[in-house]
Amino acid sequence: MTETCHSQWQYNFAFLDENTKRMLRRALLKAVAIPGYQVPFGSREMPLPYGWGTGGIQLTASIIGQDDVLKVIDQGADDTTNAVNIRRFFARVTSVATTSSTAAASLIQSRHRIPETPLRPGQIMVFQVPEPEALRTLEASEVETRKLHAHQEYGLMHVKLYEDIARFGHIATSYDYPVMVNQRYLSSPSPIPKFDNPKLHMSPALLLFGAGREKRLYAIPPHTRVESLAFEDHPFTVQRWEQACALCGSHDSYLDEIITDDAGARMFVCSDTDYCQQQQESKA
Amino acid sequence: MYVAVKGGETAIARSWDLLAAARRGDSALAELSLGQIRQQLRLAVARVMQEGSLYDEELAALALKQAAGDTVEAVFLLRAFRTTLPRFASSKPLDTAAMRVRRRVSGTFKDVPGGQILGPTADYTQRLLDFSLGDNSDVPPCALADSGVPQPLPSVLEVLAAEGLIEAEQPLPGDPEPADLTRQPLMFPADRATRLQNLARADEGWLLGLAYSTQRGYAESHPFAGEIRMGEVSVSVCPEELGFDIDIGEITLTECQMINQFAGSKTAPPQFTRGYGLSFGEAERKAMAMALVDRSLRAEELGEAAHAPAQQQEFVLYHSDNVEASGFVQHLKLPHYVDFQAELSLIRTLRAQATSSAVQEANHD
Repeated sequence: MTETCHSQWQYNFAFLDENTKRMLRRALLKAVAIPGYQVPFGSREMPLPYGWGTGGIQLTASIIGQDDVLKVIDQGADDTTNAVNIRRFFARVTSVATTSSTAAASLIQSRHRIPETPLRPGQIMVFQVPEPEALRTLEASEVETRKLHAHQEYGLMHVKLYEDIARFGHIATSYDYPVMVNQRYLSSPSPIPKFDNPKLHMSPALLLFGAGREKRLYAIPPHTRVESLAFEDHPFTVQRWEQACALCGSHDSYLDEIITDDAGARMFVCSDTDYCQQQQESKA
Repeated sequence: MYVAVKGGETAIARSWDLLAAARRGDSALAELSLGQIRQQLRLAVARVMQEGSLYDEELAALALKQAAGDTVEAVFLLRAFRTTLPRFASSKPLDTAAMRVRRRVSGTFKDVPGGQILGPTADYTQRLLDFSLGDNSDVPPCALADSGVPQPLPSVLEVLAAEGLIEAEQPLPGDPEPADLTRQPLMFPADRATRLQNLARADEGWLLGLAYSTQRGYAESHPFAGEIRMGEVSVSVCPEELGFDIDIGEITLTECQMINQFAGSKTAPPQFTRGYGLSFGEAERKAMAMALVDRSLRAEELGEAAHAPAQQQEFVLYHSDNVEASGFVQHLKLPHYVDFQAELSLIRTLRAQATSSAVQEANHD
């Protein structure tokens, strides 16, 4: 009897039950109300592994509707294996339309990148976050880091950045570069390259961050100040390349380095595959 | 020439086909039935149910079959199914004193009321490979005991409790409802009920290693296996609309009551303290390891110096879950091109600086 039952098992729209979605949306409202504050939430066990986007998937599942158009990217690309798998998961449990076009998407789930095409009002970006605590590498205990946030005590991070400058002459953090959200909470922008940090500042889109394994979510509401930490005499800078993209010729995008033969020959191409394609088409 | 990575969807679909074929193996051999897995791999089924937090032998057997015997993967499958299930009711506290005992041993007394009952255990076998199992020969019938196990079987620790030599096991004032870690995030400091819940779901290997560390000088707690019992316990619920208890079935449990020395403190005289372990199925290794770790995590409460890893709540409880750990360790397989590119340009910059300053220093000398 159980076998008949189980073979006809039907999952709810977007996998999660409605009470769980409500719990998530309540937590998201709190996150939007306190930009950058990590809200603990009852993270569920998802059918994809922890560390592979379970936080982002839960946030997407809690806000996705029938009329949404979903884009999923990993490293800027729509066809990396995990992005494909997450997109297929939502296609299977929601049947909503999916797209690779940043402009056409209402909801974008991403790992490690913000698209090059500027986001517009009304769009929502969901970031997959492995470690939501920006101070974790400096203080292992969650009890302690929560106290540091409560007291807005961020000296540890400033000392770390200062030591980088003393040792290397500049800040030696290239991704997951700490930001101050709304002049109050030190936050992790997730492991995006620091190249993408300026896109967080005064973004017209709603930015949501989900860490499933760590059971935390946080938000940067539209038009919020987001400042990458720096010093007056050592201002924040982003990565630049001498090359342009070998496929579309763009000088302004984040480039991936690709090794093309055994002799170590390499080429540089856009990490954002949708942007690269738009650029190629506009030139053709 | 570089070709943009397209066709991921097709490749993924093909990897599913390969996985299914590898799972089935040689189709000339009979396929495993779920019944066979339940009956003949019962300890694997119990572990998947325990760490998967779902008592359903059929589904645990299915998960094991789908995972091709990979326990942690089977636990993951079962948990991802469990997460969608509605909650109908909470069970009443289980009464392990009323257990229909099949095995009960004590390491603290030579004889105990009701006796030592060995039951189905590999403890007293010689670990020689039994080649007769290789040719599917029939097992000779098992003779039944002359007399049954007394029901209920008195608990060994009652003897010590009657003399006041061991701490009383009392619920917290008001007997608050325990947290549900599958619905609420783990927060610190975690109370004992929450810790025990985490340990019950914890990876057996993690608990075993930590428990072992407490025996080797990291948080010495002088443990004795006061009592280990295994058997069947009834589960009952009291539906609100009925207002009385109904039995909904029985489950197999292993319970371990560990007895530990305690030198006493300002407020408590010297007495024995307890560590507690409970697991689905026949799972003594898990229950005993859990009891040792439960006791070591009580260090702060008992005023002991908490200097060892097994005594630190955040360290033990945050890293105990094998589904979380497995996912995060293996997420390193995912592409990290973007971050790696960022690190690559950083390390090139640092190396260029190091080289130029070395040249400068050489010129200076």
